[in-house]
Amino acid sequence: MSSETKRTAGRSSLPDAHPVIEFRHASYQLPDGRALLRDLNLAVERGETLVLLGRSGAGKSTALKLINRMLEPSDGAVLVEGRSTLEGDPIELRRRIGYVIQEVGLFPHFTVEQNISLLPRLEHWPDERIRARVAELLQLVGLSEAEFLHRYPHQLSGGQRQRVGVARALAADPPILLMDEPFGALDPLTRAEVQCEFQDLQRRLKKTIVIVTHHVAEALLLGDHIGVIDAGALVGLHTPKDFMSATEPVTAAYTANVRMFEKLEAPE
Amino acid sequence: MNLLEYFARHHREILQATLEHVWLVGIAMLLAVAVGVPLGVLVARQPWLARPILGGANIAETIPSLALFGFLLPVPWLGDRAERIAIAALALYALLPIIRNTAAGITGVDRAIRDAARGMGMTEWQILFQVELPLSFSTMLAGIRVATVLTVGIATIAAAVGAGGLGEFIFRGLAMVNNQLILAGAIPAALLALIADFLLGVCERRLQPARS
Repeated sequence: MSSETKRTAGRSSLPDAHPVIEFRHASYQLPDGRALLRDLNLAVERGETLVLLGRSGAGKSTALKLINRMLEPSDGAVLVEGRSTLEGDPIELRRRIGYVIQEVGLFPHFTVEQNISLLPRLEHWPDERIRARVAELLQLVGLSEAEFLHRYPHQLSGGQRQRVGVARALAADPPILLMDEPFGALDPLTRAEVQCEFQDLQRRLKKTIVIVTHHVAEALLLGDHIGVIDAGALVGLHTPKDFMSATEPVTAAYTANVRMFEKLEAPE
Repeated sequence: MNLLEYFARHHREILQATLEHVWLVGIAMLLAVAVGVPLGVLVARQPWLARPILGGANIAETIPSLALFGFLLPVPWLGDRAERIAIAALALYALLPIIRNTAAGITGVDRAIRDAARGMGMTEWQILFQVELPLSFSTMLAGIRVATVLTVGIATIAAAVGAGGLGEFIFRGLAMVNNQLILAGAIPAALLALIADFLLGVCERRLQPARS
């Protein structure tokens, strides 16, 4: 491990020489010894979107939580911008990483404005800058400022909540965005809508993004790379293009699932 | 002489005793909240402390109130003045519902909300003060409300150690087998309990967090 840290330290003088996020033989075990993630090796380049696809409980969310140090690897290392997540202050690390979860986790006692501006306020931005940023973000996610600024989360629809969640994660303009089943709680039509909006956002913002999902369509739509995770291990890494011709069993099961729907669409 | 006449004639003393009563209860509740809320946070945060803290508060609750006042008499600084004993004993009784409800409020905060707060880089203190405690206010207040009503009742017994309050009338009435005297203490005490219950109930509803 120490030799790896040295190697990284040497490289970090060149800002773009290393991937933004890198898993090096990263494993995560529960205290009872059960392995949730085994020997994960993965790199995410700047501006790229990686989708981790897999069943519930396969270890995708665990991988995500290793990136912002909500969990710490029991073996190996996870590097963010060339530095091990275990170096330095976890709070500082997390503030450079936007985080969106399925249940959104908006604070119910805060208005939309307070939710979005929370991190800038914690970082002591001047009021004027915060106001401008909130307005900018609401516009970015397609919510009218006049209508939504002072609403509480329970006065929003699922799709609107999700948009506010994304706006909140982007508030301090983090270079990295982590999304755990971000559109999972939405009905299919809203989901498709928000996905398309997000795709557009992705193109404009050029953030480094890791998305966890069990929806293969979402993976194909949003990912530059799709990592298939099964039983705590990475079993395949594909671009959306070669995903459909992948041969390993788990991925093939996903593609078979997609083809089933294509057959339904095809005219008789 | 009927009850109303009695109240009219002795309104000064009754008012005086009522104010003493409110003062005893008020100070005791302030103390209980100041101690109980941090203990409730500890119970929620450190599960291994839950058993000793809740157990201790539970035991305090089971000591008969008259006996508790007696136990505190020989305690150095406390025993010097009757009000100190009364306030300490009342605060001790009020502790359990406050600790329990604070802990319940905090552990009841949605896991996703905590996760989101942690994931976006809030420190533990920021999560506690800006997220968990505000979201627990109404549950905490429900505990404070129960404790207050309980304390208004128990405070009548404080007169037994000479701390004053509405209990004075009740004890005198008991000694003299005079129902009017007993009611002169009991009725204002019951009204106090009802008023406290109503006012704190209003606050509780006001603070109800908007749940999605």
